[in-house]
Amino acid sequence: MSAVLPLPAGAPRGPFLLGMRGWIGVTVALGVVAVVVPVANLLVPAGSVFHLSDYAVQLVGKIMCYAICALAMDLIWGYTGILSLGHGVFFALGGYAMGMYLMRQIGADGQYRLPMPDFMVFLNWKEFPWHWAVSDSFVAQMALVVLAPGLLAFVFGYFAFRSRIKGVYFSIITQAMTYAAMLLFFRNETGFGGNNGFTDFKRILGVPIATPTMRMLLFVVTGCTLIAFFLLARAIVESKFGRILMAIRDAESRVMFTGYDPLRYKLAVWTLSAVMCGVAGALYVPQVGIINPSEMTPAASIEIAIWTAVGGRATLVGPIVGAFFVNGAKSWFTQAMPEVWLYALGAMFIAVTLFLPQGIVGLLRGQDGLFARLLRATRKEAGSER
Amino acid sequence: MTPDLMRAGAETRRAADERAAAAAAGRSGGRQASWSRVATGELDLAHGAILYLDDITVSFDGFKALDRLTLSISAGELRCIIGPNGAGKTTMMDVITGKTRPDSGRAFFGSTIDLLRLRENEIAEAGIGRKFQKPTVFEHLTVFENLELALKSERGVRSSLFFRLSGEQLDRIGETLVLIHLKAHAQKKAGLLSHGQKQWLEIGMLLIQDPRLLLLDEPVAGMTDEETERTAELFLSLEGSHSLVVVEHDMQFIDALTRGRVGRRVTVLHEGRVLAEGSLAEVQGNDEVVEVYLGR
Repeated sequence: MSAVLPLPAGAPRGPFLLGMRGWIGVTVALGVVAVVVPVANLLVPAGSVFHLSDYAVQLVGKIMCYAICALAMDLIWGYTGILSLGHGVFFALGGYAMGMYLMRQIGADGQYRLPMPDFMVFLNWKEFPWHWAVSDSFVAQMALVVLAPGLLAFVFGYFAFRSRIKGVYFSIITQAMTYAAMLLFFRNETGFGGNNGFTDFKRILGVPIATPTMRMLLFVVTGCTLIAFFLLARAIVESKFGRILMAIRDAESRVMFTGYDPLRYKLAVWTLSAVMCGVAGALYVPQVGIINPSEMTPAASIEIAIWTAVGGRATLVGPIVGAFFVNGAKSWFTQAMPEVWLYALGAMFIAVTLFLPQGIVGLLRGQDGLFARLLRATRKEAGSER
Repeated sequence: MTPDLMRAGAETRRAADERAAAAAAGRSGGRQASWSRVATGELDLAHGAILYLDDITVSFDGFKALDRLTLSISAGELRCIIGPNGAGKTTMMDVITGKTRPDSGRAFFGSTIDLLRLRENEIAEAGIGRKFQKPTVFEHLTVFENLELALKSERGVRSSLFFRLSGEQLDRIGETLVLIHLKAHAQKKAGLLSHGQKQWLEIGMLLIQDPRLLLLDEPVAGMTDEETERTAELFLSLEGSHSLVVVEHDMQFIDALTRGRVGRRVTVLHEGRVLAEGSLAEVQGNDEVVEVYLGR
């Protein structure tokens, strides 16, 4: 399906990773995330117009996690042409790995005043199940944030790609995968808190999690991670590896008959994409304060694809824009007109599919972009006046 | 145990060893270690044939696309293959390139590489390049990038992440661009090329892979007369250093490839088997061939 769209491929090689404007953009983004927002939130007094509320910080922090997912989706869908409708499971696995550590950090401060998480006490468990063995170690759980989604993606991807499952068939089995994981995590016996999941976090690394400074720290870390992942993704699509991914999207058989093994390339980018989602999940959980199996619903995964499509596939910037646009609209709609939100989301997706095959970014960029057309129109007018 | 018995036992064993060695020598033509046939990856042309298909049968739901096809291509040969629709020409290419696994038969590249044990990309790396019937290029990459990907180099993931073109490789791409007359379009997206130009680009991508054997499925379809003529010249210039198998409907093109060259053979496929083989004039004069082409 993606082969039909006039997607832009890698820019002609010249400057390192980004053009001048791109690097300025990255620097500005870094400045906003690491300086402007912290100052506006922590130092500017609450009455000032320049003050940024805690709510806004939390919202933007959350959306930045979503943006990482959309970026990960762009690598696998936009560039490689493989539509995953199960990326939510990787996000949730990363989130759960972080959540387990945060649950252990509660210590004996839970409702039952016992050194085990409340849900285990409630289930009358006397000791931790095997998969909680390293949950009190921050380093080990952070390793799991990467390893759990990475391993699942690697094994799943290996068998799917080896069997040459493609197109909608692949999308459908990814949906099945996230759905199966959701059902598994809903069960109390699985040891992940059943349908309530994990919540009521108190500390991270011994530091109270609900303080403004801690929240801001998490925000800054998330923002820097997003920027770092953007640059990583950029480096990937600018390399020969990235061009092979696009070649797989355009004509996989030609890639094969040229001597490349598509399996390895697909597996590499698929696993990387899953790991990025896992990291996003791990950053999301301490900021939002809850993780439960609803993150694995098929709809949650489909939303990631929508952000990517709305922003513009195979552009890297687009999916980030898309995540902000759709989620910004969502938080506005759900406050102003909660009953209309789902219709608005649907309308947005239809509009993008029909009128903006390259998404929001495609509208602005390039020869047929809005800017270019406006520029031409003004020039023409100026010419006719003369 | 007595010394006599021990000596007798040793004699028996030596005799048995000798018999086994003689039998083994007979099996592998005196060469050692027949198990290394697959592993070597070195193209062995000692027997003069670059491609050897033996008794290949492929059936789809009972329909025999290839019916005990046996065909051999010599090293450096340019072989044209013709045949009516459904004769099995494309299926034959699918078998050679690993896309289709035959029900029975053997396929060897040189005398050591068993094609039926390799996957598509391994066959391509071993040195068989294939051009599809419908030009297949990477539409969203530029002409230059298309050639860069096809260029003979490491095919692994890690090397692709840190790949930089060397000066020689750049020259090679430049030469190929000139050869396929696309120098002026190097930075153009391949999807924007005309049909004939795409055909040329695909041929260029094949050549830059440095294959030993080129399989060309209707390479001049959609080309202008001038382009067709140039293509014929290009293929003729490759003969000798490369082996070529050209599947074509265009009799004029076949004529251009074979005219005036003694010993250049044309193979006619029909219903999955070889119907006739010989010079173009010979096969055109063959009653059976005429019958197949014109109908009864």
